[in-house]
Amino acid sequence: MPFNLLVLACLLYVAFLFAVAFVVEGRAARGRLGWLRSPLVYTLSLSIYCTAWTFYGAVGYAARSGLEFLTIYFGPTLVFIGWWWLLRKLVRIGRQHRVTSIADLISSRYGKSNALGVIVTVIMVVAATPYIALQLQSVVLAFGVFASAAPDGSRPLDPAQIAVWVAVGLAAFTILFGTRNLDAREQHHGIVTAIAVEAVVKLVALLAVGSFVVWGIAGGVGEVIQRINAADLSAWQVQPGRWTGLIFLSAAAVICLPRMFQVMVVENEDEGHLARASWAFPLYLLAMSLFIVPIAVVGLDRWPDGANPDMFVLTLPLAEGQGALAMLAFLGGFSSATSMVIVESIALATMISNHVMIPLWLRLRPGAAAGDDLRQVVLMARRLAIAAVLALGYGYYQVSGGSAALAAIGLIAFLGVAQVLPAMIGGIFWRGATRVGAMLGLVTGLVVWAYTSFLPSFGPGAALPAEVFTEGAFGLAWLRPHALFGTEAMDPMTHALFWSMALNCLAFCLGSLLTFPGPVERLQGAAFVNVFEGAVGPQRWARGQANPEDLLIMAQRILGEEAAQSLFQSAARAQGKEGFLPDPTPAFLDSLEARLSGSVGAATAHAMISQLVGRATVTVEDLMAVASESAQILEYSARLEAREAELSRTAGALREANEKLTQLSLQKDAFLSQISHELRTPMTSIRAFSEILTEGDLPPETVVRYGQIIHDEAKRLTRLLDDLLDLSVLENGAVQLTLGLASLQGMIDTALTAARATRPEREFLVIRDLPSETIYLKTDADRLTQVFINLISNARKYCDAPRPELRIAVRQRAGRVTVDFIDNGKGIPKDAQSLIFEKFARLTDANRAGGAGLGLAICREIMANLGGSVAYLPGQGGAAFRVTVPLRLETLAA
Amino acid sequence: MRRPRRPLFLARAPYRRRRLRDAARILPVLGLFLLLLPMLWAPDARMALTAGDVIYFFAVWLGLIVVAAAFAPGLSRGEGADEDED
Repeated sequence: MPFNLLVLACLLYVAFLFAVAFVVEGRAARGRLGWLRSPLVYTLSLSIYCTAWTFYGAVGYAARSGLEFLTIYFGPTLVFIGWWWLLRKLVRIGRQHRVTSIADLISSRYGKSNALGVIVTVIMVVAATPYIALQLQSVVLAFGVFASAAPDGSRPLDPAQIAVWVAVGLAAFTILFGTRNLDAREQHHGIVTAIAVEAVVKLVALLAVGSFVVWGIAGGVGEVIQRINAADLSAWQVQPGRWTGLIFLSAAAVICLPRMFQVMVVENEDEGHLARASWAFPLYLLAMSLFIVPIAVVGLDRWPDGANPDMFVLTLPLAEGQGALAMLAFLGGFSSATSMVIVESIALATMISNHVMIPLWLRLRPGAAAGDDLRQVVLMARRLAIAAVLALGYGYYQVSGGSAALAAIGLIAFLGVAQVLPAMIGGIFWRGATRVGAMLGLVTGLVVWAYTSFLPSFGPGAALPAEVFTEGAFGLAWLRPHALFGTEAMDPMTHALFWSMALNCLAFCLGSLLTFPGPVERLQGAAFVNVFEGAVGPQRWARGQANPEDLLIMAQRILGEEAAQSLFQSAARAQGKEGFLPDPTPAFLDSLEARLSGSVGAATAHAMISQLVGRATVTVEDLMAVASESAQILEYSARLEAREAELSRTAGALREANEKLTQLSLQKDAFLSQISHELRTPMTSIRAFSEILTEGDLPPETVVRYGQIIHDEAKRLTRLLDDLLDLSVLENGAVQLTLGLASLQGMIDTALTAARATRPEREFLVIRDLPSETIYLKTDADRLTQVFINLISNARKYCDAPRPELRIAVRQRAGRVTVDFIDNGKGIPKDAQSLIFEKFARLTDANRAGGAGLGLAICREIMANLGGSVAYLPGQGGAAFRVTVPLRLETLAA
Repeated sequence: MRRPRRPLFLARAPYRRRRLRDAARILPVLGLFLLLLPMLWAPDARMALTAGDVIYFFAVWLGLIVVAAAFAPGLSRGEGADEDED
């Protein structure tokens, strides 16, 4: 097939892609994307995972290492069907924090640290350069296949020239559609759609070649199975370490590759698309690899040795004379290469401009945030970065000479980007991950990767001297690049993977455990890890002194005049103001920063607003200072509150005491009036009768009777005064107790005898349990007996049963003795039970009782002095009193 | 600022939704298991690739995709309903 036709087809294809991207950009600008925002386009755009390495290299990989090529797809398959674990969170974080690249994600998570952004950018650029070179090489190789197949051989082909033109063409396309505008979110609808188209082209091409090989050359599925069984695919067997390692590596790469992150997270339109892609993308991968083995087997059959298996996809159709099919296959490979280079260079350019060029530029020209037209600066930085990335790739291709097998370079690049994995996974699942830890992990991983994998890939003697491979660096045998610490059992790939990831994770964890994160870091950490819990978004800006006009000017530089003005206008309207200048409230500054970070990255946006708010440093520290001030105020007011509570407690106690005093005073008044009444009654009768007696001329028996009355009344007065004196002594606690051992039985005997004087005419049945009364108490026997007498007398007085009974029950329990006096009368009514121990409390007619109503009050006071108590015992079938005394009264309770 | 206490028991629909999420989380583990299983195939007996190997891997792969496709609608539908509880 004519070579010129091939070039023409290529150009037509590229023109078609330009047209697609152009039309879509136009529709996007008018806001009419429609089905272009569907899960289908999202899934297809994810297919940039399949580069030319997949398209050509997988067949070569299968021809060299059997089914091992499948591991490259198993990793992504597992990650995607397990999207609920990781991808969902990643996409949510990406959308919520307007992440523009993987470097932005890491830098934003660890406190918007630009140093981290730079490190990640460096890793990504270093890892991507050989990968881009790989794509250029594949295109050159493919051209070479066609050129050598051309029968006339009319034109000698210069591979370098082709590579240059491919690189330039790709740079032009990327710059044209990748840096058209600075969107609030770093999204490129035109490019995404073009990539989706390319995904279809490469899938159709590979399926077409595969079908042709299976049904056209081999002659059916059964034939192919026979051929596979017959083929000697280089003694394939699963090597456990390498197999597992490669699955892990490809799983890590699908998350960390800059281009995958770009289409998966940054270009994501709708989180719901991820659910569809979770199975559709693995299905795409399956379709891509379905015919790899048949093509490899048939190719090996045809050219047992010599031919480059990487090019079987092209050479098989060509050899069979299927020019059109070969053309399709070529376009498929071309698509794979170009789509990868375009997205990769956009992703890398975003990182380079946001994390390296713009911060540098701002550093060199302080005050530039409000000065020059930053929009143009950022766009120019992007364009330069794209050109630089492609130049690097081309340079690498020239230096390496395009000799290495495709698969080897691909794996080395995978391993490079996988170094970001610990910092990323740790960052979104572990709040304890710190900036220092991430930095240590990344640098360690980068160094180990470079030493064990990247530099040796140039071959002995190229980047590393040959003796380093055999002797180790500095002559230390344990530092050999392929046998670190003497681990020689692994193949170089697994070895590099093992050591770089192990040391990376170790440094990351140790660094995180041993350091303390700054305030911004902790806020961001919480916001990232708890992204699904919502409402943890850090409040970043205090009400600053930023001039809204300056902010508007700066925003215009970055977002464009129209977008910035409408943003400010709507913010002003939300604040209830007319015009374009809202107050620089914290909420407004936050939203502005979020918008800006969508264009220039979180760290840069933060730094720019910091400049305008008037503080060169991050204001969260100030916020923290304010917070600690208010914490002090809080503490102070807490102390005040405590004091106030104490005061009110004291006031309460005072009020209580006052009430008690009032009550006591009332009681005293009542007592006085009561006592004067009690004294007055006998005094009145004494006076009356003595008056009668002084008048004389009375019959002698009357005189005797009156004299007897006066005597009785005087006795009553004396008894009353005795009782009062006794009571006052007892109440003051000034009573002298004469302690000694005494038999309880004896005391009760005495009391019963003494009480017989009260209403001696009544027959009283006393029921006692004598053995239980043989207790010796150490107490004041006279006083206790007085209590007993009082209680027994009361029973004799008030028990109204026709056959009165008194039961005395003694019980000893835990060092206390209880003596119950229970009669069979009708008892004391419930509402009166609390009154009977009060002074002058008499339930029945005073005359009948003949006492002053002080008896029980005295009993109570005596028992208190004896360390015991006397109480009314309800529910005993009659009046019942329980006296409780300690067995041994040791000290005076007073 | 702890999240509010979750109810101890759920109604039937949320219960099923949570189990579906559990299943979605287990699926990649199962997949990894099945894909690592060939490591235990007798290494000496099979020095060359056979069609059986190829068919095994593609069958497992397709099976995982089918199950994931069955899960996906339920997972994305349930999202947002009681999202903060996982």
